[in-house]
Amino acid sequence: MDKLLTVSMSPHAHGRDTTPKLMLGVVIALLPAWAASVWFFGWGALYVPVLSVLFSVIFEYLIAKYLLKKEPSIRDGSAVVTGLLLAFTLPVNIPVWILAIGTLVAIGVGKMSFGGLGTNPFNPALVGRVFLFISFPVQMTSWPLPKGFATADAVTGATPLGLLKEGMRQGEHVANMVRELPTNYDMFMGHMGGSMGEVAAVALLLGFLYLLWRRIITWHIPVTILTTVFLFSGLMWLINPADNASPVFHLLSGGLMLGAIFMATDYVTSPMTPQGMVWYGVGIGLLTVIIRRWGAYPEGVQFAILIMNAFVPLINMYVKPKRFGEVKKNG
Amino acid sequence: MQKLKTFPKGGVHPPEHKLSAGSPIETLPVSGRVAIPVVQHLGAPAEPVVQRGEEVKVGQLLAKGTGFVSANVHAPVSGKVFRIDKKFDASGYKRTSVIIDINGDDWDPEIDRSTTLRKEITASREEIIEKVQAAGIVGMGGATFPTHVKLNVPRGKKADILIINGVECEPFLTADHRLMLERGEELVVGIRILMKALAVTTAVIGIENNKPDAIDHLTKLTADEPGITVQPLKVKYPQGGEKQLIKAITGREVPSGGLPVDVGAVVHNVGTTLAAYEAVQKNKPLIERIVTVTGKSVAKPSNFLVRIGTPISALIDAAGGLPEDTGKVVLGGPMMGKAVSKLDIPVTKGTSGVLIIPDNEAHRAPVEPCIRCAKCVSVCPMGLEPYLLMDLGVYEKFERAQNERVMDCIECGSCSYICPADRPLLDYIRLDKLRVGEMIRKARQAAK
Ligand code: SF4
Ligand code: SF4
Repeated sequence: MDKLLTVSMSPHAHGRDTTPKLMLGVVIALLPAWAASVWFFGWGALYVPVLSVLFSVIFEYLIAKYLLKKEPSIRDGSAVVTGLLLAFTLPVNIPVWILAIGTLVAIGVGKMSFGGLGTNPFNPALVGRVFLFISFPVQMTSWPLPKGFATADAVTGATPLGLLKEGMRQGEHVANMVRELPTNYDMFMGHMGGSMGEVAAVALLLGFLYLLWRRIITWHIPVTILTTVFLFSGLMWLINPADNASPVFHLLSGGLMLGAIFMATDYVTSPMTPQGMVWYGVGIGLLTVIIRRWGAYPEGVQFAILIMNAFVPLINMYVKPKRFGEVKKNG
Repeated sequence: MQKLKTFPKGGVHPPEHKLSAGSPIETLPVSGRVAIPVVQHLGAPAEPVVQRGEEVKVGQLLAKGTGFVSANVHAPVSGKVFRIDKKFDASGYKRTSVIIDINGDDWDPEIDRSTTLRKEITASREEIIEKVQAAGIVGMGGATFPTHVKLNVPRGKKADILIINGVECEPFLTADHRLMLERGEELVVGIRILMKALAVTTAVIGIENNKPDAIDHLTKLTADEPGITVQPLKVKYPQGGEKQLIKAITGREVPSGGLPVDVGAVVHNVGTTLAAYEAVQKNKPLIERIVTVTGKSVAKPSNFLVRIGTPISALIDAAGGLPEDTGKVVLGGPMMGKAVSKLDIPVTKGTSGVLIIPDNEAHRAPVEPCIRCAKCVSVCPMGLEPYLLMDLGVYEKFERAQNERVMDCIECGSCSYICPADRPLLDYIRLDKLRVGEMIRKARQAAK
């Protein structure tokens, strides 16, 4: 034997998943929603996400190389996902300079300031989105209404949740506003005002199925969030239908689907055990409804996710997987 | 077909690559000089009982087990003891070995070499255990734990089920598969023998569903055997892990830190069971075993019946020679096998396969940051958190690792296998286990 053999510890085989492949899978899962948003909002919905991705990748590269002075790892694809998700939470008529600021905050503050992929406690896309929301409230709430593919000047208006909050502020009963609000079917198919990626629940659910099929995520987080929102809002609706929107309205409106399926499931900022994921999902669901109902903003899912992000280290510390052969106490 | 059973949590599905499944077992002769290590088992080394220059017969005792958890070693060949020396074995260390210059094939006359099936079991329970111990039988699935120890049920405990492990969940390996197909009759007698030794009336043979021919064959053979059944299992790694197999078949969970017999189960591999048949019915010590030689570039993936001590290079030659693109040679399967640096090391009692991995698959990918995808947590069959255990190893927080149950890890490698960031999870978990093991031993000594 003159050949040198490689010696390493077992296992000597490795699965096919890699970080870039998983990230690519998330991008693929977002394609139906992207297509739907181009359909509803026109060409703007095609190039704004592309710009957002470009900005994110460039900022990550520059920050890694010149500020952190380490090998940029843009090949892992996580900046692409962040850029795409951020764009999906924005209105299609967002000015490009605001978009650039948003991506800079998402990548720079949300992710790289903590050390890059795997270390950030908060979902970077949501950090960017919330920063923009607070800094540029006017631009961030002039939601174009879907007018069909490639129409010129989009008309802007309020989202269904915005309408609801405004109406309630003026002391109107929800029951009386029904005529102004879109129907459940319209909301499911995406016929409502909103950000690029959140309007068509059906497209987002398609992406969810893909993520499950590829085993990129498990069902725990999205299903517990949606169930909690449905049950909690449903309970309030049953008690007092005059002052509360129906649970179906809650499920289909705003960024709930996008948040539950794509934001709350972000690997880095969600819990590590199925049991932990359930707690986290219940927390997000409850907070979402509470903010929507009683908070200052019409939409609560993004804040709810960020708040629960902060609890993830605690959840990981105390919620352990079911150990094999757990010795029963007093048993 | 019966409903498939499986263990409930974790596990992975590596590609099976059972290339040698259709190759019947071939007997491979050995010649020249062989080295027989005196440690081929888990436990205390055996003490050589032969002298330099002594002539030995096949089956003659070479080294005697010292203490209860140890195993005898017999001469797998006949010839002259050249000397007793330290030689490299699969562990990568030099170990005391009896080196024999082969001369003919002269067997100890006590051994029944005929192929007649001896069904009737005349040995008593005690005699069976004695014979198994004398024959130097150890767990042949790879764990190499002395079999007689597992047959001696500790006082106060009771076994009620014998589980025969024919799962062979490691990719590539087919030795057990071929054994079940070609040596089924003897295997069934072996099962009866082990049942008698354990005083149990129930035995279940667990086989993964990717071996339907073996399932059918053994189902037929056991049709008239009261108490023995075949249980098809879902193809999932590590289905053949002792604790996972018990859980899959009986639903019982071996408690953390406990033994299978704590839940009334005893597991033996099919190879071990066949060896028990030969020891008890034929007086034949453990001197040969079935070894799969396989790999994607191997010309003739094979299953060989070889004498212990045969150098693995001889097995590779018989399977068509070492492929050009060889990068790694592993004893055992890809998930738990051991990579070796030399090819002149001997086959031992625990060598289930020789896997030749091409160079382009022999190297690990660079380590990337953990993306906290939780895949390692979800595949761990023991309910551990490998990402956390690795971090605790990196930062040397071994006490915390102990509290996080690192000692429960069965080293199946599922976590390292699945990690998309190619993190060496199991390497660090082994470090944790080493250090925690030292801590436990120290604490025990201090308590004394
Ligand atoms: S599988 Fe790898 S990347 Fe995923 S959580 Fe475990 S260690 Fe981290
Ligand atoms: S931690 Fe141990 S038992 Fe769990 S998957 Fe990794 S090697 Fe297997």
